[in-house]
Amino acid sequence: MSQVLLEARQVCKHFGGVKALSDVSLTIHAGEIYGLIGPNGAGKTTFFNCLTGLYVPDGGGFELAGKPLQADAPQKAAALGIARTFQNIRLFAQMTALENVMVGRHVRTRAGVIGAILRNRATREEEAAIRRRAEELLHYVGIADRACDLARNLSYGDQRRLEIARALATEPKLLCLDEPAAGMNGAETEALKVLIEGIRRDGTTVLLIEHDMKLVMGLCDRLAVLDYGQKISENVPAVVQKDRRVIEAYLGEVPEDA
Amino acid sequence: MKHPFLHALLRLPRHSGVLAVSGSLLLLALPIVAMWGGQAWVRILDFAILYVFLALGLNIVVGFAGLLDLGYIAFYAVGAYTYALLASPHLGLHLPFWVILPCGAMLACLFGVLLGAPTLRLRGDYLAIVTLGFGEIIRIFLNNLNAPLNITNGAQGINLIDPIAIGAFKLSGRTDIWVYSLNGPQKYYYLLLLLCTGVVVINFRLQHSRIGRAWQAIREDEIAARAVGINTRNMKLLAFAMGASFGGVAGGVYSAMQGFISPESFALNESIMVLAMVVLGGMGHIPGVILGAVLLAVLPEALRFGVVPVQQVLFGKVLVDPESLRMLIFGLALVLVMRFRPAGLWPSPERQRELAEAKS
Ligand SMILES: Nc1ncnc2c1ncn2[C@@H]1O[C@H](COP(=O)(O)OP(=O)(O)OP(=O)(O)O)[C@@H](O)[C@H]1O
Ligand SMILES: [Mg+2]
Repeated sequence: MSQVLLEARQVCKHFGGVKALSDVSLTIHAGEIYGLIGPNGAGKTTFFNCLTGLYVPDGGGFELAGKPLQADAPQKAAALGIARTFQNIRLFAQMTALENVMVGRHVRTRAGVIGAILRNRATREEEAAIRRRAEELLHYVGIADRACDLARNLSYGDQRRLEIARALATEPKLLCLDEPAAGMNGAETEALKVLIEGIRRDGTTVLLIEHDMKLVMGLCDRLAVLDYGQKISENVPAVVQKDRRVIEAYLGEVPEDA
Repeated sequence: MKHPFLHALLRLPRHSGVLAVSGSLLLLALPIVAMWGGQAWVRILDFAILYVFLALGLNIVVGFAGLLDLGYIAFYAVGAYTYALLASPHLGLHLPFWVILPCGAMLACLFGVLLGAPTLRLRGDYLAIVTLGFGEIIRIFLNNLNAPLNITNGAQGINLIDPIAIGAFKLSGRTDIWVYSLNGPQKYYYLLLLLCTGVVVINFRLQHSRIGRAWQAIREDEIAARAVGINTRNMKLLAFAMGASFGGVAGGVYSAMQGFISPESFALNESIMVLAMVVLGGMGHIPGVILGAVLLAVLPEALRFGVVPVQQVLFGKVLVDPESLRMLIFGLALVLVMRFRPAGLWPSPERQRELAEAKS
């Protein structure tokens, strides 16, 4: 359980004068649900973008399961086992829910042009397996009945679930969720909590950015707090909640259940 | 449903067998029927299919991968000149077509990669401008590669290109089959039909494959596509290369069929025409693209045949020459289609749904 899955070492990222991340280091263990919180503009999404290869960090780096993570491009990060969702949902809007998840299988499948044209047996079998797995995943996140709807026509909550299914389709070791509960109502958030717990139980480590304190405190094993690009606290929720620097960062607006 | 009959005919699976058989019979009989109107009509059919071929090639680039390519005709030119140079008295080479067509396809593919590799970081308008420039560069090269070493014979073009032949059987000239005597254009029609069927199948299979889905994903959201592990650069290059190879093959057949080519045939307006076929018909939707290509290839020709006699009857003389009227009507048709059917004449069902929703 305490095996290190991801190690971030002194990650820095600047945008002109804005220090979005300065020397952020953190360690995520395999099987954890690890929270990343902080006020707006603290650098949480920037951290995700560096981790998943969308941005190249200005300093520092990551290690995934003991190996340096040389992901200078998102597709490499995905291949190495890091999947993500986006704060502002990015689905393939004109594709059906099922197709969205099938695209997620891309990186774990191999059929090329020749296979696609000849439709030989290996290709047909792979295609069937892709479809089957995608259907399973839609079922897993609870939107199997929307399989044939265009992604853009799904409700907000279902779109967030679909994004999770698509990320899971890449068979990640680490699933990074950027504010998955944003815009969800109470019941949807509760269901999301059950889903994330299930994902962890099934062996995927989860890195969670979230503003919903109730969800974060109830779900995460440990969490790190960012403020102005710096890590100001890292511990189990009960301790983080009482950390003075964290309370100050949130301008005294401590979550009500603290 | 605006056309219930058409929809019923096209949608119902129990009709599809009948439809396929009657459709193929019709396609096979077409050049023989068209011969009643004269050989010119058979040639129009040939060009219609050639354009379907080209449009489906471009559809891979524009329709599937969403890359606006305004220089597509350059690959057609590469294929055509490859054929012309390797099978004409110009260089004294007379290689068989089954060597040249793959060569042309490969060379066009190479050019596709050469153009694609540095430019695929560009998007939308910028890519369009670069490809447009590329198309013109190729044409200007073909125009000027006659000195100091005469490679392309410049603006005069290359003449006396060998027809496609298998042993003694040539696709040009007449061949007697039982009671009927097939002429050259008719034989080329059947070759083109065969090739075109191949391209339709390839297009269709690509679209419904892992590759096709990756292209669509890139078209929809490139960042999300990369985040799920799609190598967008390679996928775009692949689309470019495939589109280019089809252009190359089409060019080769064109060369053989015409027996003469010159740089003039590969001008910008040809690129635009093929692109218009793809867009007008319904980008990314194979039946739509075929419809667009056939319409834009046949209607102007039909117009050319119709306009002069009609004016003679109405005014007693020819007031507007058919060529300018053709462009006028072409422009008008484009504007009307874009106004009333912005997703093309026959868009894919998803696109149709999307537009319907946008309106409501
Ligand atoms: N591409 C960019 N170019 C310039 N500045 C950026 C860029 N991305 C992020 N920033 C800046 O970096 C800082 C951190 O932004 P980031 O999006 O990581 O915050 P966040 O913690 O995710 O906030 P939120 O909770 O609002 O999502 C902000 O000041 C932001 O304006
Ligand atoms: Mg954010």
